[in-house]
Amino acid sequence: MISLKLKAKNEKLRHKAQNLKLCVLSFSFALCALHFTLCNAFADTISSSELINNAKQYDGKNVTYEGEVIGDIMARGQYCWLNINDGQGAIGIWIEKDLVKDILYTGGYKSKGDVVAVNGIFHRACLQHGGDLDIHAVSIRKIVPGDDIEESLDSGKKNYVITLLAVLFFIWILSLLKRR
Amino acid sequence: MILKPQTEDFKIIGYYLGRIILGLALTMVVPIIIGMAFKEINPTMDFLISIALTYIVGLILTTLCFTRKDLNWMQGMIVVSLSWLVATLLGAIPLFLSGHWKSYLDACFDAMSGFATTGLALVQDLDHLSYAHNIWRHLIMFIGGQGIVIVALSLFVKGFAGAFKMYVGEARDEKVLPNVISTSRFIWLVSIVYLILGTFALGVTGILNGMKPVNSFFHGACVFMAAFDTGGFTPQSQSILYYHSLTYEVITIIIMILGAINFKLHYHLWTGNFKEIFRNIETKSLFITVTITFFITAVGLYQLSTYPQALVLFRKGFYQLVSGHTGTGFMTVYARQFINEWGDLALVGIICAMALGGATCSTTGAIKMLRVGIIYKALQQDLKKIMLPDKAIVIKKLHHIKEVFLEDKQVRSALTITLAYLVLYGAGAIVGMLFGYPFLNSLFESTSAAANVGLSCGITNIGMPAALKLTYIIQMWAGRLEFMSVFVLAGIFVAAIRGK
Repeated sequence: MISLKLKAKNEKLRHKAQNLKLCVLSFSFALCALHFTLCNAFADTISSSELINNAKQYDGKNVTYEGEVIGDIMARGQYCWLNINDGQGAIGIWIEKDLVKDILYTGGYKSKGDVVAVNGIFHRACLQHGGDLDIHAVSIRKIVPGDDIEESLDSGKKNYVITLLAVLFFIWILSLLKRR
Repeated sequence: MILKPQTEDFKIIGYYLGRIILGLALTMVVPIIIGMAFKEINPTMDFLISIALTYIVGLILTTLCFTRKDLNWMQGMIVVSLSWLVATLLGAIPLFLSGHWKSYLDACFDAMSGFATTGLALVQDLDHLSYAHNIWRHLIMFIGGQGIVIVALSLFVKGFAGAFKMYVGEARDEKVLPNVISTSRFIWLVSIVYLILGTFALGVTGILNGMKPVNSFFHGACVFMAAFDTGGFTPQSQSILYYHSLTYEVITIIIMILGAINFKLHYHLWTGNFKEIFRNIETKSLFITVTITFFITAVGLYQLSTYPQALVLFRKGFYQLVSGHTGTGFMTVYARQFINEWGDLALVGIICAMALGGATCSTTGAIKMLRVGIIYKALQQDLKKIMLPDKAIVIKKLHHIKEVFLEDKQVRSALTITLAYLVLYGAGAIVGMLFGYPFLNSLFESTSAAANVGLSCGITNIGMPAALKLTYIIQMWAGRLEFMSVFVLAGIFVAAIRGK
């Protein structure tokens, strides 16, 4: 009887240990999978020209696109439009407004925009947006922060201006004298 | 017998060319003000250098060639054709100095594209271009759309007989008002009133779309100038796709159509004669050709299932079509999508629309609606003549502001210019093919350049051969001036060599 009870207890303990083992294994696997997914979410970026030239091939697929945020961030309700230029072209990104809070700089004459990697679904002719070619972003990651561009006076240009204005003044005087 | 041009001819040409250059220099004040307002130091310097150089050239010409004599037809035409070339060379200086153009030839390409209201561009890194340079790109479209000579004419206090010759040389053979100077000023009045209204509409839309107010109104002004003058430049590299807005597309369609109708018709609309719009041969022709070319384009897009919904097909197809037909060149698709996704039939529809153009005495290029209407009426008349008895007299009338009888002179003129355009489109396509581009791509880009449209299927880029860039520059120039003044300029070279 006692031996039977012990046997049952041992069985229970073994079962529990097996369950624990399974849990640890599953957890480790889940961690690995998460790590793998996160790593791959921003891996293998595709250029704008690759996307535009092979739009049919990438249509509806999950893509990662990387580039500088340019112009305005245009808020539309809970979402907003970003335009991201990767140096070969610019593509519109439809993204939740909350996800772009970290974007502090957008590219223009006086600023270099934040460089970001965007992961999302590529649309060759987005039905939600009147047939536009766009990406509906799921996640965004800042890669290189933008900055203000300090502009300094080009002394060569300054010298040209002074010289040309002097020449212009001289010719203007000559023209007045000639007409008299 | 060809008469050799005399020194006096060159003197008169030089003097009036100088006056026009001085007028051009004045317009450079605008980007200087913008540059100072946005505290852009080096761009302001670029324009100070350019304005000084332009003034020097203008002053030297007006001083050395000073005359009180008026222009004759030949001189007027040459002044016009040369002024567009000189304006291109001078207008390209600030662009080149910005460092956003790879070479001076590229800057000249964009300057000619701007003045001729084409919209093909070779600018690099447009998204980082200064406000001053951006306003200049769009301002030259505004100047070119009204006509460089019109700008200069508006600045002359007193009119002179030769003004009409230059006005005609700039492909404006219709006077809105009896006097050319008052016509020029009316054109400016219309343009500036629409500029204010259009900028306001686009500016407010931009703000509602989430743009910053300053950017919104700046873009509004730039996009208006490019749309009304059927130019096609935009402040950002994505053209109209940048805005992701249906409202923006609708407003730009309205502005493009306003830019494509005759200033004479604007005058009648302003004076309350709304019936004219329904009776005028140009608006009728425009409606018919837009319908036909859109049908061709839509069938092409439908056949290839380019767009999955009819509404989406309409939005994309109609926008590109109106943009092409009015000669604007705004795009809501990427250049490569034309080739990769639109297919041959849809492209043919767009090419036909681009080749036809808008109204005469408007800011558009290409064959133009009045000529299309005249040729159609002449064809009708000839068919009737064949079908009716020999003794029957067939008279055709057309309504263009007033009822006019169709004359052989009009038909000949319409056919000559149409033929010249067709030759120009074809010649550019052949040059494109000589450089290895496929036929349809070459024809698309060539028609776009010669008809001053600006839609691109991707041939226009910094890597294209210099000879092709030059070909497109010549096409844009000849197409904008409608050949006559260009032919006269060529004629004077022949006369200088062979004349007596």
